[in-house]
Amino acid sequence: MRLEPIAAPSPARTFAPPAIAIAATIAVAALLAALAGANPAQTLGLILKGAAGSKFAALETLNRATPLIFTGLAVAVAFRARLWNIGAEAQLYAGALLTVLIGTQGLPGPLALPLMALGAILAGALVLLGPVILKTRLGVDEVVTTLLLNFVMALLISYLLEGPLKDPMGMGWPKSPSLPRDTRLPRIIDGLRLHWGFALALICAASVWVMQTRTTLGYEIRAVGLNPDAARFAGIPVTRVLLKTALISGGLAALAGFSEVAGLKGNLTTDLSANFGYTGIVVAMLALLHPLGVVISALFVAGIFVGADSMSRAAEVPTYIADLLLACALLFMVLAILLTRFRVVRG
Amino acid sequence: MRIDPMAQGPVLRLSGITKRFGGLIANDGISLSLARGEVVALLGENGAGKTTLMNILFGHYTADAGTVEVMGQTLPPGQPGAALKAGVGMVHQHFTLADNLTVLDNVLLGTRPLLSLSSGRSAARARLAQLAQDFGLAVNPDARVATLSVGERQRVEILKALYRDARILILDEPTAVLTPQEADALFDTLRRMTQQGLSVIFISHKLHEVMAISSRVLVLRHGRLVGETATAQTDRHQLATLMVGAEITAPAPAKARPGATLLKLDKVSTARQGNRPGLEQITMELRAGQILGLAGVSGNGQGALADLLCGLDSPTEGSLTIAGTTPQAWSPRAALDHRIGRIPEDRHKTGTIADFTLTENAVLESYAAGGGWMNWRAARAATAGIIDKYDIRCPGPDTRIRLLSGGNMQKLILGRVLETTPRIILANQPVRGLDIGAVTYVQEQLIAARDAGAAILLISEDLDEILSLSDSIRVISQGRLSPDFPRGTKTPTELGQWMAGQGFDHAA
Repeated sequence: MRLEPIAAPSPARTFAPPAIAIAATIAVAALLAALAGANPAQTLGLILKGAAGSKFAALETLNRATPLIFTGLAVAVAFRARLWNIGAEAQLYAGALLTVLIGTQGLPGPLALPLMALGAILAGALVLLGPVILKTRLGVDEVVTTLLLNFVMALLISYLLEGPLKDPMGMGWPKSPSLPRDTRLPRIIDGLRLHWGFALALICAASVWVMQTRTTLGYEIRAVGLNPDAARFAGIPVTRVLLKTALISGGLAALAGFSEVAGLKGNLTTDLSANFGYTGIVVAMLALLHPLGVVISALFVAGIFVGADSMSRAAEVPTYIADLLLACALLFMVLAILLTRFRVVRG
Repeated sequence: MRIDPMAQGPVLRLSGITKRFGGLIANDGISLSLARGEVVALLGENGAGKTTLMNILFGHYTADAGTVEVMGQTLPPGQPGAALKAGVGMVHQHFTLADNLTVLDNVLLGTRPLLSLSSGRSAARARLAQLAQDFGLAVNPDARVATLSVGERQRVEILKALYRDARILILDEPTAVLTPQEADALFDTLRRMTQQGLSVIFISHKLHEVMAISSRVLVLRHGRLVGETATAQTDRHQLATLMVGAEITAPAPAKARPGATLLKLDKVSTARQGNRPGLEQITMELRAGQILGLAGVSGNGQGALADLLCGLDSPTEGSLTIAGTTPQAWSPRAALDHRIGRIPEDRHKTGTIADFTLTENAVLESYAAGGGWMNWRAARAATAGIIDKYDIRCPGPDTRIRLLSGGNMQKLILGRVLETTPRIILANQPVRGLDIGAVTYVQEQLIAARDAGAAILLISEDLDEILSLSDSIRVISQGRLSPDFPRGTKTPTELGQWMAGQGFDHAA
């Protein structure tokens, strides 16, 4: 059995495999539910209902999708340049940290919010800049450095929340002081639990899309990602392009932290991120690194998590069915993409 | 398997081999037989199906139809070990030797069971010495392969095959990396082998070599066997016509009228990179309206000189002057800004980005003009112009360039370079791997650029190409540069001596 590349895939070949991947994911979900002793159809219905069955559920899904759009974009931008940023989690926390630090200085809201966002972007960018400089100067593998920085950042946040940044009014819990009302992101519509962070995420997705398709930087990033030798030969400043990519990617991941703190939680805790940085990789891969696709796949992933949460309360199927589903969706999708580009032949 | 001296009939017989890749027929019912003690030349352009046929023989591919018989026994399809065991050896164009091991270890590699206790090295050494003597393949068995010249490495590859009792030897473009003298030595070895009853398949596209060494010629074109004849009954012209399917004429450039000096290197040295030598105190000039041909055996500093002119490498000493000015900082961008057009050696790895469209590839060197924004409309229009003007066969400017043939890819690079009307053109192996139609086209375009006043440095390992196109020739060896030989003042043999490194000491 061998794989042969397909020169010009037919429309059926382009669209059928992803559809089959989705169907296979649903089949696995049904199987898992049956294994857990629940009614498969009912379980799937409950997941769907929990994700989008009511206004409350849909808003919850949008809220959950917001940080995933940011981290998904961060990963998508970096991966385009073959810059393997596995450290969105660390960049997110760096952004959250700066958001809290600036937001608790007593500045008036309209001044503080832009400063908080800016500070967050700079912090996230700096966190990624280190590994990228090590990569371009010394050839240090950024997969290792960005991944390990996640743990460094988690310990740093933990230290700060147990020490200098600990909220004196926090009853001993490791959390930062809360942001004053006026330095929080307002809700888009009064009475609905959805904040402007979501809108900011959509604006970022659109901006990244324009950047990638219309600007010279986007062109350079793709050239460097697809063939750095040819890019260097053609006079593209490869190192500078990688540094710029790092600034954008780190900044986007940090905005997830900003949006979670200023839009939702109001303070910084060690469990601010439910693995949003890592899940961002899944989101970006499912979207084939397309910035607008990131929005859709973030909604899909958020829907599965929120839906599975709500389903498990009703059907007594454990919530980690959500993790299994995502893993299956990703694997099936990767296989499906392979089948859109190659055909399997015998011999 | 040892040959039976009484064996009758062909030692190798391919019958009706057919292989399809998708819609493309790489081999279409090809039959070939090889007699004992015979050299058969397999002639064909790149993409004619020579490599596919050999891959089927060696079991790397399974044929859709047809059989392979060695010494009268049919080989099981799709088993890479079978042909080797049956006594077929292959010397690839790119050697498959372990650089860090000695010659003896390379020859022994894979011939002994993994868990054997006795090494049998002394017996092996004796046998290797005997083989080397029998076939005129002198090489020190204890030298590390990394220290050997290209010609010596090729001898090791042949010894490797002979040590494994190969009775049939397949050589894929064996002379591409040799000087004319080394090629003659190789032919001598091949003659000795056939005298001792071995058979050889000689894959090449160099007609004079085919005429010199083979007893029979098979010509492949577009996957079909289009001609089979005894070498004595044909000539170069007839073979060339068979190979291409049409009459061809090599470009014959008019006499050059050299103008001002556009590029000057004064005692320039560059750093060595791994196995690749750097430049050593090179002094040369490129003049407007002139093609300077750089001859040399592969890996003697051509890459270092090309990298220097491309802007990828900077001099460690000496000076580089372009049209009277010395660039402050040297980079690919600076080279482009000084109007150096560059045709890189490897069009797949450095010349183009495979997953980019023709448009995206066409603007690789000029995209930054729009101040941060891409002007795709203008880029697409310009690319459509290049496609028209340079006759690039493709569905359109939005096609990914990976789907194009090498010739069409090279035409796009050529268009990208020439449309900027460069003052200086670096053409590094501009026609390697192209079919003859494309070769002629590219060469004519270079001559036209010369006549329009460009200074051209043509780097090639093909001495015939250098001789036919260059107004002036220099030879590079071990990073050193020979004096300038005007057109027609040196014979190929004399140039071959320079390529082998002779003459430099007196010249320096």
